[in-house]
Amino acid sequence: MGKLTIGCYPGLVGNMGYDFALKLADAAATKGHKVSIWFSGNATGSVKANQKHLKDYSTGEKHIKALLEKGVEICTCEACTVARGIKKDEGIPGVQWNAMHWYLAKIHAADRVLLIGGE
Amino acid sequence: MGDVKLAFIVQKPQYKGETSRLAITHAISYQTVEILLEDGDTVTPKLCFIGEGVLGLQKGQNAMDLYGITSTESHMKNTLLVDLDVLVCKEDLAKYGIPEDAMPSAEDMGADKSIQVVPYSEIQKAMEEAKHVLFF
Repeated sequence: MGKLTIGCYPGLVGNMGYDFALKLADAAATKGHKVSIWFSGNATGSVKANQKHLKDYSTGEKHIKALLEKGVEICTCEACTVARGIKKDEGIPGVQWNAMHWYLAKIHAADRVLLIGGE
Repeated sequence: MGDVKLAFIVQKPQYKGETSRLAITHAISYQTVEILLEDGDTVTPKLCFIGEGVLGLQKGQNAMDLYGITSTESHMKNTLLVDLDVLVCKEDLAKYGIPEDAMPSAEDMGADKSIQVVPYSEIQKAMEEAKHVLFF
């Protein structure tokens, strides 16, 4: 099985690119691939816990938790996240917080890399 | 696994959004990635600007004075100080009427590297040589 690293950059609400990234990660993990997701830019807003799932908009927390359960590694860019006013103790448990070199390290080990979204 | 070559391709103008800046900062982080890798493993990025990505690179920026943020110019100088290869598409600079000597330099700060204004074919070569290509 392969190693897939996904760089996820779009914001949570109003961006189907975000949903696509998470669904793709789920599909790859279900097939047995090792998947890592790096949140940067507006995607880091999605690591805040206690999101209210309104049916009109996409939701992050439920899918992130399910991916973590499946062994997908998820890391958020600490600088981008705190810039959005989210503190570490407000984050979804299990999501890692690190610097950009985390993403490069995962890319180093990856068979395939996908960079999704970004304004 | 040894060295992994990456090509960061910036297609969006600086200041229009966040990702064009993130491309630069992600590339710079190659400096510290080794703390997370096995001995002997390295990452070597090339940072390439094409299309609208060549906009907003010029020297003489005052982003700190006007917006209170570091300028793209200062980030470009940092890339040179950490010995990154920075390639800017010659044809796209010409398309937007930006002279090649408008590109910033970090020579005064002691950088050994300079921004390389190159034909697109050189950037194509960088993409072909890279294991992974990341579009910003």
